[in-house]
Amino acid sequence: MLMRIKGGRVIDPGNLDGIMDILIANGKIVEIKKEGMAGDEYPEARIIDASDKIVTPGLIDMHVHLRDPGHEYKETIETGCLAAAFGGFTAICCMPNTNPVNDCRQVTEYILQKARAADTVRVYPVAAISKGSKGDGLCEYGELKEAGAIAVSDDGNPVKNSQLMRRALEYSKGFDLPVISHCEDLDLAAGGAMNEGGVATRLGLPGIPNAAESIMVLRDIALCELTGVSVHIAHVSTRESVRAIKDAKKRGIPVTAETAPHYFTLTDESVKKYNTNAKMYPPLRSGQDREAICRGIADGTIDVIATDHAPHSPIEKQVEFDRAANGIIGLETSVSLALKLVENGVISMTVLVEKMSTNPARILGLENGLLIGRPADITIIDPERLYRVNADNFRSLSRNTPFNGWDMKGKAILTMVEGKIVYQDE
Amino acid sequence: MRFSKKDILDMESLSVDEITLILDTADRMKEISQRSIKKVPTLRGKTVVLFFYEPSTRTRTSFDIAAKRLSADSLSISASSSSMVKGETLIDTARNLEAMNPDVIVIRHSSAGAPHMLAGMLKPSIINAGDGMHAHPSQSLLDLMTVRENKGEISGLRIAVIGDISHSRVARSNSIGFTKMGAHVVLAGPRTMIPKGIEALGVSVTFDVEEAIRDVDVIMMLRIQKERQQNFLFPSEREYSTVYGLTKAKLKKARDDVLIMHPGPINRGVEIAYDVADWPYSIILDQVTNGVAVRMALLYLVTGGARNADAD
Repeated sequence: MLMRIKGGRVIDPGNLDGIMDILIANGKIVEIKKEGMAGDEYPEARIIDASDKIVTPGLIDMHVHLRDPGHEYKETIETGCLAAAFGGFTAICCMPNTNPVNDCRQVTEYILQKARAADTVRVYPVAAISKGSKGDGLCEYGELKEAGAIAVSDDGNPVKNSQLMRRALEYSKGFDLPVISHCEDLDLAAGGAMNEGGVATRLGLPGIPNAAESIMVLRDIALCELTGVSVHIAHVSTRESVRAIKDAKKRGIPVTAETAPHYFTLTDESVKKYNTNAKMYPPLRSGQDREAICRGIADGTIDVIATDHAPHSPIEKQVEFDRAANGIIGLETSVSLALKLVENGVISMTVLVEKMSTNPARILGLENGLLIGRPADITIIDPERLYRVNADNFRSLSRNTPFNGWDMKGKAILTMVEGKIVYQDE
Repeated sequence: MRFSKKDILDMESLSVDEITLILDTADRMKEISQRSIKKVPTLRGKTVVLFFYEPSTRTRTSFDIAAKRLSADSLSISASSSSMVKGETLIDTARNLEAMNPDVIVIRHSSAGAPHMLAGMLKPSIINAGDGMHAHPSQSLLDLMTVRENKGEISGLRIAVIGDISHSRVARSNSIGFTKMGAHVVLAGPRTMIPKGIEALGVSVTFDVEEAIRDVDVIMMLRIQKERQQNFLFPSEREYSTVYGLTKAKLKKARDDVLIMHPGPINRGVEIAYDVADWPYSIILDQVTNGVAVRMALLYLVTGGARNADAD
């Protein structure tokens, strides 16, 4: 089947930027030409009108919790993939903190098999750094890689033991498995329910200081320098972490970093009235931190925007604040929130595509980009579309978002994986 | 003035006029407890549930006596006797209680914000009897009443609150309550026990107890909890009592007529020296007496007592 994406602004950072037509045949990109030049010889091609839209290589969310196996009432691989497609993502990485933990071939294969059955977006399982993510022994990276793991991380359970983290970096390198680090000093964060500061003091909630994150970021940078193996810092939330990563990059240390839309959009003020949909780890920080995150995105310190999509049911969220589970869903609001950065002049549309497609692909070692012969993984964004977020319409099984009811400008309107349209806005 | 609040959740949400109305009402209620027959029919037919998720003797008894003196039917539920131990959530337990049509639910809970959550979901009035480290409005109101009774007015006074400010809902509620009523609050304690950003409540902070008590009208000592040592907040009770406890020697630096307060229960010999608790200007037991009056006023006002009286 032939398709022609017609008249959109095609942005593939470092490769293409301009009004172009993309011709797709049998799931692959076969032609990319200046407007009107492509596809004329194929009048039978189905036309997808992309005028006034942005056409990008498929967006990748490298930090997602699919909850399957183990907590299928929160999300399944199938619903998570649908939510990803709805949000404009053609590929997602799922974190290993399922039950059982993805620390062996069987779990990785289970995830991939479910993802094949779901047949929507690409799913790249992230396996655990340590067995059971318990921090006391390396997983079998060779077998995990062979089974299809894309990276390793003990997300949710930081690696406390520095020796284990060093060995994980060294050992993973032999299999080209990137290491993704959840940076949290468990002792400093112990008992904390939100960001330490004036809001926590007023609400009487135990606080988590910025240093609980930045201490571990600095440790991982030191280990990165020691081993020469790159490390990817997950969900950066503090100004101190941004500064540490910026300094490390300046010194040529191969560290990369991601942040999530809530950290560049919200502050700890959102916790007021004990809103459990504003509770996550790391916690929402101060206005100063939020600004530092925005600057870090703009100046390249932060390479990636990833959602940390963390579905929870009302069972975990409609409870006392300090007992509520950490995490919010993000797949279906991420593009709109990132577009606010473009709208506000923080970054250009090209940089947005870098943060949400080019850079995650580079860090994960995935082929990416709009090139002839490549599978047609494409996202089309309407930057002008006005709408109001209604969580009741989400494809995710969960509703734990602080953005319900927000007025947004811009969203993904079409998601295509290997030439197959997995989501199209009506 | 009519009292229109459904719930009493914290001092932040009460206006100066509302606080004054509560204190004036409490002054009148106090007389009832001095009668030989300590009961009026005002809240006859009303049901007050005392829902205590955290152990408490003083506050629960105080609310219970307050309800009974106004002829309300009161009953107590504690965490160990509630369905919480069977795994029921707070909301489900509270909705079950609501289904039995109580008029007021007085709740104490170890989680900050628990009363706010119930107030947003339930029809009965919610009175916060202490939530985590957040708020203890009835304690703050009884402290305001006791100080006003002794000093005539609150505005212009200086109040020192000393101890583990971080973990104290009493310190937070009194910082807000006394500041709102025109007093100046000085907080003191070891740096490990002063939470970040507390100055935003309009208080000043010092780490030196002697400096804190100089020239204040009231010294309020807070209970120190032994288990806090595990969190490295202080090295020992011995050192705490020496450096941060209120002793006669330290009191020499204070005014002669300084009032001594404590929300209880007190650890004699730790935060307050044995003989200081019984100091002539100690009004610790007045606080307890006034606690009943303030809680009578709160039950009366939230159940629309004032409106009913007007209608009569």
